[in-house]
Amino acid sequence: MTELNLVQAVNAALRAEMRRDERVVILGEDVGKLGGVFRATRGLYEEFGQARVIDTPLAENGIIGAAIGMALHGLRPVAEIQFSDFIYPAFDQIVSEAAKYRYRSGGQFAVPMVIRAPIGGGVAGGMYHSQSPEALFIHTPGLKVVCPSTPYDAKGLLISAMRDEDPVLFFEPKRLYRGRPMPVPGEDYTIPLGRARVVRPGRDVTLVAWGAMVVEAFETAEELAPLGVDCEVIDLRTLWPLDLVSLEQSTKKTGRLLVVHEAPLTCGFGAELVALLSQRCFDYLRAPPERVTGWDIPFGYARELDYL
Amino acid sequence: MLRTRIIDEQVTGWQRQGRIRFHIGSLGEECCIIASACALRASDWIFPSYREFGALLMRGMPLREYLGNLFGNAHDPAKGRQMPDHYTGKPFNFGCVSSPIATQIPQAVGFAYASRLRNEGAVIAAYFGDGATSSGEFHAGLTLAGVLKTPNVFLLRNNGWAISCPNERQCAVRALSDKAHGYGIRGVRCDGNNAEETYLTVLEAVEHAAHGRGSTLVEMVASRQGGHSTADDPRLYRSPEEEARGLKEDPVARLRQRLRLLEAWSDDEEHQLRQAVAEELVEELREAELASPPTLEGLFDDVYAHLPEHLREQREKALRFA
Repeated sequence: MTELNLVQAVNAALRAEMRRDERVVILGEDVGKLGGVFRATRGLYEEFGQARVIDTPLAENGIIGAAIGMALHGLRPVAEIQFSDFIYPAFDQIVSEAAKYRYRSGGQFAVPMVIRAPIGGGVAGGMYHSQSPEALFIHTPGLKVVCPSTPYDAKGLLISAMRDEDPVLFFEPKRLYRGRPMPVPGEDYTIPLGRARVVRPGRDVTLVAWGAMVVEAFETAEELAPLGVDCEVIDLRTLWPLDLVSLEQSTKKTGRLLVVHEAPLTCGFGAELVALLSQRCFDYLRAPPERVTGWDIPFGYARELDYL
Repeated sequence: MLRTRIIDEQVTGWQRQGRIRFHIGSLGEECCIIASACALRASDWIFPSYREFGALLMRGMPLREYLGNLFGNAHDPAKGRQMPDHYTGKPFNFGCVSSPIATQIPQAVGFAYASRLRNEGAVIAAYFGDGATSSGEFHAGLTLAGVLKTPNVFLLRNNGWAISCPNERQCAVRALSDKAHGYGIRGVRCDGNNAEETYLTVLEAVEHAAHGRGSTLVEMVASRQGGHSTADDPRLYRSPEEEARGLKEDPVARLRQRLRLLEAWSDDEEHQLRQAVAEELVEELREAELASPPTLEGLFDDVYAHLPEHLREQREKALRFA
């Protein structure tokens, strides 16, 4: 066990899997000698060489398109998009190609690949280094979407993502990259995709969050405890496919549901969660489900903390 | 080339008769497709656009499977998931067609990179039309191919038209092959109605890539006879004179003439081939129209490697209300 922060855990997962599986290659902008703008790939270029840690030209559609080609051939590419805000030039490749290749080819081809991208605000990045576009990808059949909130989960989930048979969007909450370190096993371990985690058990209300908002939800729960409100905090970890069973159990138990996310309110993933759980837990609900989310505005630079 | 032409004309007729809903073919571009595909070795891969059914049949896909895609029936290896002329041919080292333009280009580059990493010695070809050269994916793909020096051959079928827009509305460059210079790869241009010239030009590009010298953009200049697809009406934007000019350069007629001069092809042989293909088409049409559609249950397969819970639920509902 070593104490690692989240970005170090990401690095450890990549290193472990590249040592274990020579099919794993990394590609993206500045992922080589620099080790990425957040240093998530630091030292990998030196250990695995430029053939497996590939600095690419600055074109996201090229990065994802090439990664798809590599995956079609049988490699396990891990593409880094420098910020999730810059993923849109590659949107067509992700949504029209990676997500649909298995389906449209009748299962002849598959695209097992990981797209890593830092997500969310809180680092004074303004509207182009702060966005949370997860709902766009959850909305697309064929993709899996993961967002860890702890170093331990980040390593285990990323290794699972690299071993998965489907394309996985792996969103890393950049605000937590250099957060509090925690013990992370040095060896390989996996955390299965599609399983939520109960961060804090409680009786009165279920708080559902992912990424950096898990920390907010947990802190809020701790603040409310002395006031006599016992919150259950659930970290989704994998957004899609969804661990609906855990959410349903918790919501039925507490009878109250609150979904927290950074992304804008309208058509955010919270809307889907509230719809699903209202339908399945209708008779158990003591209050209308609520959402605490970003506003329906672009993510501003000044007053960032008000947005969060 | 002749077989491709005959099938193409027949299939277009089926669309007009309402037997299939759509067809996008290669009338006038048979040389760009068949002569170029002949220059590839069987171990080389093709990342297709949507006009290359002739190359796929030449590589051995049974006609029944191609028609399976056109009719969306159970013979389609891709299970009727896509509209006509969006075929898949993994057993034939042939990718899977999608409608968005040029998306296959960076994919072919990544595939070539992987192939080289594994020392396979294969060359990866990507087909696309002149309109595709305006797209971001063309730019990103060729940029990457230049930087990574991948073993690719970019087969640009310049048929003069991107649906209704002529070359001069796509790009102000004189020859589209000149774009290669901007990416640091080879760019060559050939008469895409001349089978020998096309074959030799592509062969050189294949050898160039196979010897580790990098990619080539091959512009094959031809004419699109008829519309973009069966859903198009070229009378709205193309003059009868232009249409006639294209027909005069017909690649099938030119190859026939050339082979006759060499005494390598006779009227008899042509008659026999036409007869054989026509009989095959009659037989296969019957088969295609009798074939059952893909199952409703199967719609939920292949979205993911394993059926997730939410799709299991949706499938159950679909079957319950079917």
